[in-house]
Amino acid sequence: MSNRLFLWVPLALFAFFAGLAGYMLTQEKDQFVESAMIGQSLPDFALDPAFGGLPGASKADFIGDKPRLLNIWASWCLPCIAEAPQLETLKEQGVEIIGIAIRDRPADVARFLERHGNPYTRIGSDRISEVQLAIGSSGVPETFVIDANGVIRYQHIGDIREADVAKLIAELEKAQ
Amino acid sequence: MIAEIGLAALWLAAALAVLQMVSGGFALRSADGAPNPLAIYARPAAVVQAVLAVLAFLMLLWAFAITDLSIKLVATNSHSMKPLIYKLTGTWGNHEGSMLLWVGVLAASGGLLAGFEKRLPERTMGATLAVQGFVALGFYAFLLLSSNPFERLPVPAAEGTGLNPLLQDIGLAIHPPTLYAGYVGLSVAFSLAMGALLTREVNPAFARVMRPWVLGAWVLLTFGITAGSYWAYYELGWGGWWFWDPVENASLMPWLAATALMHSVSVLAARDALRTWTIMLGVLAFSMSMLGTFLVRSGVLTSVHAFAVDPERGAFILGLLGLYIGGAFAIFALRAGAVAEGKRFSATSREGALVFNNVMLSAILAIVLLGTLYPLLTEAFDVRVSVGPPYFNPASAIFAVPMFLVMAVGPLLRWKDDKPARLQFELALIAALLIGSIALVSFFGQFALLPLLGLGLAAALGVAAFLPLRGRNIRRVPVATWGMVLAHFGVAVSLFGMACESAFTQERLAAVAPGGTEQVGDFAVTLESVTPVAGPNWTAIEARLAVSENGGAPVILTPQARNFWSPPQSTSESALLTRWDGQLYAVLGQQAEDGRWQIRVWWKPFVTFIWYGGLLIALGGILSIAGRVRVDVRRRHAAAKGAERRADLEALGAGPVPAAAE
Repeated sequence: MSNRLFLWVPLALFAFFAGLAGYMLTQEKDQFVESAMIGQSLPDFALDPAFGGLPGASKADFIGDKPRLLNIWASWCLPCIAEAPQLETLKEQGVEIIGIAIRDRPADVARFLERHGNPYTRIGSDRISEVQLAIGSSGVPETFVIDANGVIRYQHIGDIREADVAKLIAELEKAQ
Repeated sequence: MIAEIGLAALWLAAALAVLQMVSGGFALRSADGAPNPLAIYARPAAVVQAVLAVLAFLMLLWAFAITDLSIKLVATNSHSMKPLIYKLTGTWGNHEGSMLLWVGVLAASGGLLAGFEKRLPERTMGATLAVQGFVALGFYAFLLLSSNPFERLPVPAAEGTGLNPLLQDIGLAIHPPTLYAGYVGLSVAFSLAMGALLTREVNPAFARVMRPWVLGAWVLLTFGITAGSYWAYYELGWGGWWFWDPVENASLMPWLAATALMHSVSVLAARDALRTWTIMLGVLAFSMSMLGTFLVRSGVLTSVHAFAVDPERGAFILGLLGLYIGGAFAIFALRAGAVAEGKRFSATSREGALVFNNVMLSAILAIVLLGTLYPLLTEAFDVRVSVGPPYFNPASAIFAVPMFLVMAVGPLLRWKDDKPARLQFELALIAALLIGSIALVSFFGQFALLPLLGLGLAAALGVAAFLPLRGRNIRRVPVATWGMVLAHFGVAVSLFGMACESAFTQERLAAVAPGGTEQVGDFAVTLESVTPVAGPNWTAIEARLAVSENGGAPVILTPQARNFWSPPQSTSESALLTRWDGQLYAVLGQQAEDGRWQIRVWWKPFVTFIWYGGLLIALGGILSIAGRVRVDVRRRHAAAKGAERRADLEALGAGPVPAAAE
């Protein structure tokens, strides 16, 4: 009899797997690689201006009286066009946004801002994704909430949609 | 029209799968021995279904060849500027197309079984075709209801969005189709196992029918995995040949099960032993194929090259898995008790060695399965882990090392019962080779345990593989025995390559200004220049590396960093310099701010032996099939009873067997 029971083992194992897999399928899948830098201080960096119109960006620009947004973008990035109106909205609500343009050219940056609006106070040029990788971003666009001490508090991966604006405002208030 | 013909063919094929299932099922209702009149449709249905499924696939191939942008799949996965070869391979470089290829191969193998297999009792054949039809039906439903490859766009696209550049490689032309043919070839083994279980006809005659299918699928899997490993090695630019990625594991698991099954089915054919075990492995092997499909398609696991992440499709495939694997295991549990275990044998016998190795293979399979699913398990409790080489390598080695040892000795043992004392010379030789080579290598330097063991085992196994030929008239050795010798030797060759790569690889990562030289191994690598180049759908920067071996005349290598523009993605094209004793592997990296270029160069001694070994293993399998077919044909001509069983015994290396030995 014990021999016969043994024959049910494969089915039992499979049933366990199927249950687990079924449960996991119903779970929201987080497709993104979250930065391991959350909760840590920004790395030291100082980037040249991405184009003639605005100053460049460095870690020092994030230290001061209030939390700021660090927006990683590029003129060649299509989702960045999609999130431009939301960045405008955030700017209108008094949020300071510092940009880092990834692997970009000054002329392209200027043309992008002319066409899609300019929500930034500063834009640094990260020609080889050096700063991008240092703060644990894996793609464009990405937006970080940086508190007044230069500590990374929150990471938003992908373009900012209308529904995300309130969330970002809330995170900025939390970082006060 | 192309899309409509393809879609119609798919629906018709699905309808025929229903007919095949029902008609085949009637074969079971012929208790008095007379064939059931309704069972006669199963065979023709399987054949026509195969023709229709292949037709559907050809239609999609055609649509990709002419870049028919009114078809959604073509528009989202192809581009008119792409070279024709990659337009064609793009057919299966996406979810829907690869599922259509899968179904096409499934139907084709069912059709071949129905068309050519005449030895199986009609009842078992009917049940087998019913199961095959049932499996096919599920995948037709999957295609037609949730992954229609022929879906039209409301408005034809102006241009396609391209194909993942990593997939624009000749490796993709070879690797997935062979792997799929292997995966799905195992479906026949599955259906046969279920058919035999349902009719309780598990015997040597059945094993002989099953064996070529298992061997064929196993050869294709071996070849597919070998090609896939080499493709990942040169295309991904990270210099490794195996990463224990879930998708790689998805192909390794059915191979492990199929390897065990292949040996077990041979024992069943030759000795009428291991009946339940063979059936179990038959079910398991194809279950692993389907499980692999699920893991790759559903997105439940994060992988480097899993595509089509879609929970809805995942749920569909999970449903199919539940139906097929769950159903098969349930029938197994209910019926296997009724299958007599077959002939007995002692532990020190050929059967004993094969059982031992089958258990080891199954243990490795369990290790790989556990490691692959473990992240899924912990994620259910919100813990993210990734399981990699630090787990897989030692855990599988625990079982692989004894397996290789027994593999060296097993083919020398006699059937049923043997005395180890008879093999004093062979055992002493194997032990001496093992210990001697380990001692020799350790004498020259400090190496990790696994590479050291690998080198020792490779030496012992490489020689032991030929021992079954000792003292025999070489010209009278059956072809299938040569197959076994070659395959076992291939394992030694692969093992040697793996151990060398892991023990002796030299790496150099340096920032080099044009004109600068770096030394790696015996090679001086000079960066001559870095220039932009352009291809049909990409631009790249290309480094000219002058490689000089021991001060000899330089050879030019040109690694590239490519940028594809549709879709935008960059890839790293490594450059390889192949010598008989290894490969120089060069990758061009980023440019630093001071203008120097990052160059990464490896010297990998004997790395190519990994894949030569893989090819030898596959070739051994092919010889084995050829040998069986020859015996088969001869047997039919001579109609001499017992001849094949003697050939079977011989082919497994037992030495010449007199006719009276049975």
